[in-house]
Amino acid sequence: METMDDTGYLLEAEEIVKRFGDFTANDGVSLRLRPGEIHALLGENGAGKSTLVKIVYGALQPNGGRLRWRGEAVAVPNPGAARQLGIGMVFQHFSLFEALTVVENIALAVPGSFNPRALAEQVEQVSAAYGLPLDPAALVADLPVGVRQRIEVVRCLLQNPRLLIMDEPTAVLTPQEARGLFVTLKRLADGGCAVLYISHRLEEVRQLCHRATILRHGKVVADVDPRVETAASLARLMVGADVQSVAAEPQEQAGSVALTVDALSLPAMKPFGVPLRNVSLEVRSGEVTAVAGVAGNGQSELFEVLSGERLAPAPESVTIAGRPCGVRDITERRRLGAAFVPEERLGHGAVPGFRLSENVLLTRHASGDDLVRTGFIDGGRTRALTARVTERFDVRFSRRDQEAGALSGGNLQKFVVGRELDRKPRVLVINQPTWGVDAGAAALIRQALVDRARDGAAVLVISQDLDEIFEIADRIAVISRGALSDTYSTDAIDRERVGMLMAGAHESGGTPDRDARA
Amino acid sequence: MRIVLEKRPERSRAMQVASPLLAVALTVLFGSILFAARGFDPLHAIYVYFVGPLTTLWSVEELIVKATPLVLIGAGLAICFRADLWNIGAEGQLIAGALAGASIPVLAPEWDSALAIPAMLVLGMLGGMAWAAVPAFLRNRFGANEILTSLMLVYVAQYLLDWLVRGPWRDPHGFNFPKSISFNDWHLLATFGDGRVHLGAVFAVIVAAALAVFMARTLMGFEIRVRGEAPRASGFGGFSQAGTTWLCFGISGALAGLAGICEVAGPVGQLQPTISPGYGFTAIIVAFLGRLNPLGALFGGLVLAICYLGGEAAQVELSISEKTAQVFQGMLLFFILTCDTLIRCRVRVERTAPGSSRLRASIGLGSPAARAADAGGTAR
Amino acid sequence: MNALEAVLLTIITASTPLLLAAVGELVTERSGVLNLGVEGMMIMGAVTGFAAAYTTGSAVAGVAAAVATGVAMALLFAFLTQTLAANQMATGLALTLFGIGLSGLIGQPFTGLPGVKLGAVHIPWLSDLPLIGPVLFGRDLLVYGSVALTAFVAWVFARTRPGLVIRAVGSNHHSAHALGYDVAAVRYGCIAFGGACAGLAGGYLSLVYTPQWIENMSAGRGWIALALVVFATWTPSRVAVGAYLFGAVWIMGLYAQGVGVNIPSQFLASLPYLVTIAALLAISGNRILTKVNTPACIGQTFVPDR
Repeated sequence: METMDDTGYLLEAEEIVKRFGDFTANDGVSLRLRPGEIHALLGENGAGKSTLVKIVYGALQPNGGRLRWRGEAVAVPNPGAARQLGIGMVFQHFSLFEALTVVENIALAVPGSFNPRALAEQVEQVSAAYGLPLDPAALVADLPVGVRQRIEVVRCLLQNPRLLIMDEPTAVLTPQEARGLFVTLKRLADGGCAVLYISHRLEEVRQLCHRATILRHGKVVADVDPRVETAASLARLMVGADVQSVAAEPQEQAGSVALTVDALSLPAMKPFGVPLRNVSLEVRSGEVTAVAGVAGNGQSELFEVLSGERLAPAPESVTIAGRPCGVRDITERRRLGAAFVPEERLGHGAVPGFRLSENVLLTRHASGDDLVRTGFIDGGRTRALTARVTERFDVRFSRRDQEAGALSGGNLQKFVVGRELDRKPRVLVINQPTWGVDAGAAALIRQALVDRARDGAAVLVISQDLDEIFEIADRIAVISRGALSDTYSTDAIDRERVGMLMAGAHESGGTPDRDARA
Repeated sequence: MRIVLEKRPERSRAMQVASPLLAVALTVLFGSILFAARGFDPLHAIYVYFVGPLTTLWSVEELIVKATPLVLIGAGLAICFRADLWNIGAEGQLIAGALAGASIPVLAPEWDSALAIPAMLVLGMLGGMAWAAVPAFLRNRFGANEILTSLMLVYVAQYLLDWLVRGPWRDPHGFNFPKSISFNDWHLLATFGDGRVHLGAVFAVIVAAALAVFMARTLMGFEIRVRGEAPRASGFGGFSQAGTTWLCFGISGALAGLAGICEVAGPVGQLQPTISPGYGFTAIIVAFLGRLNPLGALFGGLVLAICYLGGEAAQVELSISEKTAQVFQGMLLFFILTCDTLIRCRVRVERTAPGSSRLRASIGLGSPAARAADAGGTAR
Repeated sequence: MNALEAVLLTIITASTPLLLAAVGELVTERSGVLNLGVEGMMIMGAVTGFAAAYTTGSAVAGVAAAVATGVAMALLFAFLTQTLAANQMATGLALTLFGIGLSGLIGQPFTGLPGVKLGAVHIPWLSDLPLIGPVLFGRDLLVYGSVALTAFVAWVFARTRPGLVIRAVGSNHHSAHALGYDVAAVRYGCIAFGGACAGLAGGYLSLVYTPQWIENMSAGRGWIALALVVFATWTPSRVAVGAYLFGAVWIMGLYAQGVGVNIPSQFLASLPYLVTIAALLAISGNRILTKVNTPACIGQTFVPDR
């Protein structure tokens, strides 16, 4: 299959156009795939990768262009039709149902009569054949993210796909799990199955993929062999400019401890939530401390108990600037100089239907800016503050004082981060600072976090992006199933070790095998 | 052919103003079709129904009397609904307020003092607030659904009123009629003009204006709005869910209670088994017609009051049931909700693309297997 | 017939409309839709059922009319909430307000007229057994129909693909859409089923329970059915148990008066509503069952990207 000739394409997408309202997500995109080829689709957030694969999978209908499947023009009116053709897809945010069992989840995508027992046997066969262990009777809600992805993969494999689409599959995996996935994918490719692989992790694309199509602003800008490119050259193609790396002076001397968590345990609040198990942590002024971990291992729970949205059992469980804060609410913690940026921008960090000047008020109404006097909101001051934040953090909008929901992910994240950094907080806790953000905004945010730390703040970054962590963190701790590892200096730990911790190597009495429950 | 919604990037500001007017227009249009269908001259019927009430001083006064409780309650409900709290038991809170306030004229009929009316009004508000506090408490403490609890308490309030006017509070000289004594003059609200428009109308205007400022300009109003738009963001902003619940139910309950005492100390003048023709429920429509804005409730209250009066006029002049009023009210709410879609979305009617008959055939509860076979079969 | 038989008989008759309406709403809610219009669909079913039966002289025609009306009302709700993405709470309330108003208008000429009662079936031998004969085996078909329907719904959810699809759509409409299920179509179907059941429940009131038309005769039963679904944590068998418990409470109030218990009748009459509140509190203690069974998408609007 190394020899490429003009015939024998499995899938050809020609001049695909897709518009959402005024926004053109795919603007004449073409893509060709051969059997047995692992083909990367690269691009920034919003470049149109997901839109394209959803069209191939029948989840969206294009406004223009054609699809050919094994040389013949086809319409893919819905995902069922795609599956019938032999196209399977593993979604980035999964298409699973937490309240249903593994086998029920699989049955929903597999044709034939609904016979859970027979299907469970099939599932066990396929998972054994590919080394992807699954318990068919388990409730999805009880399973860790890595296992959930396995359900999606097995669900596709059950139908002997000719093309497997994977949307950012490694974002939720430890490095070791990712390697396991690559083995599976290579095996599939050797068997003749094509893989369309979406990622923005350039190193793994170079290791894994035979071809790479690069999208920018909805258009194909390059079609290359990634094995002969460098990560930097691929990045330049994706972004259209050189990507700035973070400039951080090494921290000479660690400052005092400004944020602590002490032996904190907290039961899961939601039915499918993660309990925190004996978490202890110290964050020093002048440093960026990172909490690494696969999504859904207690990061949100940790964030909420640090911010005070959820109270800890005892005052001493959380201290900020030396003060016991475990049972103080978020406003009191803000008054002590702490600031918080949650993972979810829309609906948590900002109110989608509110203008930016109202969203500024959300976290700044009691932080000593006199935005509110005797209960009344000072419109002039909130607008002035909004202008300052949007200017300093380069928040771009199409109309002045726009609704937050109308901003792009990167611009809104700059606003949400800028709103807090503008206060010059002594302690900053930020969850997934650049998740789903374009490279330019991500670079700006990371630099701002490092600068704030060097200015004397204690910065705690919770992130699932190891590249980001190794770029900006001075110290690293890892969270897995609600348990936090020791904190290591970034110089004293490598990715391999972090990956082991992500898999739970530090959990007391536990084994690093995260699949024990599956 | 199918209707396709396209989300607007931002809510349309033009549609926010146009939507209620469009809803009223559609209701009138549909109404005239219904009248025509029943053999009436639609223009005349519409005139009788919707314009007639505005043509005489008498009916304009009556309009204000009917709009008063609707505006008071509607403004309070607007706040609740804004916070995504579904207090639909305003009718019960109205009754509870009426009962609490009426305890003075019924139990101390001889107490003639300048303080009597203020005391009645305060008791009325406290009564409504207390009745509304029950669902708020049950929601905060037990997570019980406030829609159901607040509604159940309407029935309980109605039976409580019924028991009082047939039992302990019955007028001993009332020939066994189920009613309390008629309130003494000093326990009735001051009136204007011909004597039917009462002080409550002034309260309604003040309340609507004050609440509009409260919602737009104060931090508490902001807190309420955040809670409805994004509950997690409200916690992140440092606002307590339970606190907002208390606040919203407290305000809306107090206003329903105020409406209740104003009714019994105004147009009704006594307690009787029925003191409201469903104002508490109609006010739900008022709140939505006013786009959940307290000032909008003024507009909504007047429109719905016309509906009530028009129903009565249509009964007299066209001899059709006054129940058409309720039908119109329900229809109006449907149209408001339909038009509100236009604020968030553009609506397109799409002709089904050629060849998509198989797409339509695949819609439904059928298994994806059947669907896939169907679609795949033609694709090959 | 002795007093005990009479009480049991009336309890079953009082429970049946609650069970019908609640099972229908359960299916609707399992698909992720909260329809607060049960009361409105029920009262419309009651009035059209009565009107059709009175006009044609056939109780079966009445039943058919009640079901059709319930479906029509439900489709109105579905059009607004599914096609136009209107707020489900507000639309449900609108349906109830509209239904109460329209039923009053339609029913006016029928007020005070003698109704047509849906007859009881007589099963040879079984119906003649003492006590359980008349109570269990001498009832109208709808009593058995409601129980069979509940069992059917339980079976659909536990064993069949349509049941699985409905649960999936209610649990995560984004995932269901991504897999190619037409979320709106599934919900249209479930809403219509809920409407049919609510209409039938209304018809039961005006054709069996009290065979006449009285304004507002549903008296909040639609709302109690909604509470029953929560109380039953979206489980059909528990809905059945709950419906019979509530029917019993309803009848106890009436009998207590008859027997001369010295409590004002109004307090007894408000008992079902107070018990409903109590039931909602009781179930809140069982958070795990509630949360695991609660359809995660309930009440949320879903507009897919196109």
